[in-house]
Amino acid sequence: MPEQLLRVLACGSVDDGKSTLIGRLLFESGAVPDDTMATLEQDSRRFGTVPGDLDFALLVDGLAAEREQGVTIDVAYRYFETPRRRFILADAPGHQQYTRNMATGASTADVAVLLVDATKGVLAQTRRHAAIAALMGVCHFVLAVNKMDLAGFAEEPFATAATEIHLLLDRLGTYGLTAIPVAARDGDNVTRPSPRMGWYSGPTLLAALEAAPIPTPAADAPARLPVQLVLRPNADFRGYAGTLRGGRLRVGDTLVNVGAGTSARVARLAGMDGDRTTAEPGQAVTVVLDHDIDVSRGDVLAAAPTPARRRDDMPLVAPLPEVTQQITARVVWMDDTDLFRGRAYLLMLGTATSIATVTEIGGRLDLDRMEDEPARKLAGNEIGTVTLSLAQPVVCEPYATSRALGGFILVDRLTRATVGAGMITHIQPNGRAIYWHRLDVDKAARAALKGQRPAVLWFTGLSGAGKSTIANLVEKRLHALGLHTMSLDGDNVRHGLNRDLGFTEADRVENIRRIAEVAKLFVDAGLIVLVSFISPYRAERGMARDRVEAGEFLEIFVDTPVDECRRRDPKGLYARADAGKLRNFTGVDAPYEAPEAPEIRLRTLDAEPERLAEQVVAELRQRGIVA
Amino acid sequence: MTSPATAHLRLLEAESLHILREAAAQAMPTVLMYSIGKDSSVLLHLARKAFHPAPPPFPLLHIDTTWKFRAMIAFRDAVAARYDLDLHVHTNPDGLRQGVNPFDFDPTTYTRIMKTDALKQALDAGGYVSAIGGARRDEERSRAKERIFSVRGPGHSWDPKRQRPELWQLYNGQHAPGETLRVFPLSNWTELDVWTYILMEGIDVVPLYFAAPRPTVERDGVLIVVDDDRMRLAPGETPVMRMVRFRSLGCYPLSAAVESEAADLPAIIAETRGVRLSERAGRLIDYDADASMELKKREGYF
Repeated sequence: MPEQLLRVLACGSVDDGKSTLIGRLLFESGAVPDDTMATLEQDSRRFGTVPGDLDFALLVDGLAAEREQGVTIDVAYRYFETPRRRFILADAPGHQQYTRNMATGASTADVAVLLVDATKGVLAQTRRHAAIAALMGVCHFVLAVNKMDLAGFAEEPFATAATEIHLLLDRLGTYGLTAIPVAARDGDNVTRPSPRMGWYSGPTLLAALEAAPIPTPAADAPARLPVQLVLRPNADFRGYAGTLRGGRLRVGDTLVNVGAGTSARVARLAGMDGDRTTAEPGQAVTVVLDHDIDVSRGDVLAAAPTPARRRDDMPLVAPLPEVTQQITARVVWMDDTDLFRGRAYLLMLGTATSIATVTEIGGRLDLDRMEDEPARKLAGNEIGTVTLSLAQPVVCEPYATSRALGGFILVDRLTRATVGAGMITHIQPNGRAIYWHRLDVDKAARAALKGQRPAVLWFTGLSGAGKSTIANLVEKRLHALGLHTMSLDGDNVRHGLNRDLGFTEADRVENIRRIAEVAKLFVDAGLIVLVSFISPYRAERGMARDRVEAGEFLEIFVDTPVDECRRRDPKGLYARADAGKLRNFTGVDAPYEAPEAPEIRLRTLDAEPERLAEQVVAELRQRGIVA
Repeated sequence: MTSPATAHLRLLEAESLHILREAAAQAMPTVLMYSIGKDSSVLLHLARKAFHPAPPPFPLLHIDTTWKFRAMIAFRDAVAARYDLDLHVHTNPDGLRQGVNPFDFDPTTYTRIMKTDALKQALDAGGYVSAIGGARRDEERSRAKERIFSVRGPGHSWDPKRQRPELWQLYNGQHAPGETLRVFPLSNWTELDVWTYILMEGIDVVPLYFAAPRPTVERDGVLIVVDDDRMRLAPGETPVMRMVRFRSLGCYPLSAAVESEAADLPAIIAETRGVRLSERAGRLIDYDADASMELKKREGYF
């Protein structure tokens, strides 16, 4: 069995013949069983695009919808080998709407086969795929200029594409490139040299894959162990399970729990087949330390810098990863909903998770110039530079240093889907973060002086639901009880602080972000803050909730059906929206995402505003906010 | 000893252990789908390794159609006893009551009732957030497309067009209400990898995988081993002893045997290297409709 394993990504624009090329490659390298060939013959007759011939694309397009439509939707993994190498080949879809699936294949690839149709040349999607593959760490490209048969086997279109890709890769960094003219349909230059292109003397595709460099990890890289699990089968055993990254680990090595700054020596490397004395990068290990330090999932155990190098005048050979709450990263955005400043997501990095809020969009990659241009948002399949603020400290490294501690995913907090992939370019270490003035008079002191507990009462609901009316009644009651309050009303704030904002999704997100920050300042002042905003998106209400401490935020859903709001229409807005004179109006042509678990739900059809205000005050009593 | 084959298998092993540990950390409670076959044997071996010296933090679930080979059931019970495993066995009571069997019902209906429905019943009853299975991407072309952490919607349905991106070794074990996860630690293994690993690690498998003289009948061009007296024989039909083995095990009336002399692991590995038919060619339930595995998966099959 060949020793070397190469992970290959096949990508490029739709209809450039990728599946056909891979099918041909699998077939000619003998990886297609006989009964699968029989199915292929059957399928070729039924769906085939090549009359009277085998359609090799049908070998790899495994989903019914793919075979019907003749397009690749999702990445497929194929396994084949030659006497020299084993290959795991990820066949990525070319359609722009399935770019997220292409990124999935790119994240683990060593080499990318980039396809270009000789008759069409390099397209925007070709450039996007090249950029994503390069960002994700693919270091060698094989350019397959396909459909040479349709280009009359002429050298010129091949040379044009090769030059263009060469220049593009130069702009992205330093990458190896092998360019090959092929005709996948007939197999020219796939595994056999083509007799029809005498002007080309380079390798076939298969030969190029057999010769492509396999990245090898640096032998002296420092060990990193992101802890997956703490194993405690009994009182005598406490092991930290995880996959070793970076470098080799030996019994006796000192490991630092990077987040806590504590350290201990490796006492055992435990395993079912007996203990080991060393472990190699990539291995799944269970580490027992010589004494107890507090370690849990999400922590990173890292090789301690050697004591001899700890003197100030000597650089550290193996610096520890950073602990941070602020990172900047290249992000491939993969969701249909746009990414905005102020939006918060769940970040997963190594084995750690944290809430991450977008604090800045540094730019969006322009695929023609391969440079960032200014942007206010990232739409699906766009690539940008994004700065994130993390609620919990995370241990990480730049992606260029470590894929394991430098690559992360962003998860939507409601759908729980993976919506973004990030590669860290810059880390603001926690010790050096923007200095936060620690003030002697703090929130607790200010609240104590007023004899109250600060809180945010966040009234959300449709326009005309009765938010301001009820909030006003609640504030009057609290005031009468001697409590210090402050009101933030959607309409009023838009006259001042937020008068530069409109009603697009981006502006609504920024509107709420500012209000959440202002509410937090008032909470720090020890006040009970009443916020009345439509605040239609769950994500932003969640972000506002995260700004203050647990228990300080009460989401109050003023629950009035849209038909009732339209009937009341106190400001005549529904009439204008229905007449098309007002755009992006919540409940008419913009969505309202109702709270799933509000602290208080007020059904305005069932009771008068006074009763509902009493209901709020009663709940505040229950929670100890009102004595 | 780090022979080339060993190095490659150690990489696959490490990846699988990582996946099993992520399932245990992110998607509990979980359950290991134990089908008694060679892939399940490897999966169980890996689960014991991943958490050693602790036992696997999840039970095993076997969906028993009541039509498995007798040797499979004996093997299952012996393994559970030897490793002191928490084994749950479930049979669809509705199917039993209706007398659903592989002779009177077409393979699609039989599989849906006795396997897919039974699986959904057991997963729902257990309240599992995730279920770990031994499916491999090289088995079949729709499986080649499935994620390692695969989201299933309400009713355990799979929507191949809405799969989550899955990057690096970051597995998203989060799920929305009504969703569950299937976890496939052996995704990147091939049939040959499985056999080589079984040899390397000395893992026990059901003896039916090894060639031996067995009573067979021919049905639709394939060989069926007569495992008990429930097999419907044609008038005058007598089982013929043939030297056969199985590449894939399921319900005996639906599992085709292959003629083979491979009676030990090295012989099986040699045979697997040279074979010109895909592994699931012996599974009669896959022939029923075009894209039939994908259809079954959409309905909640593994």
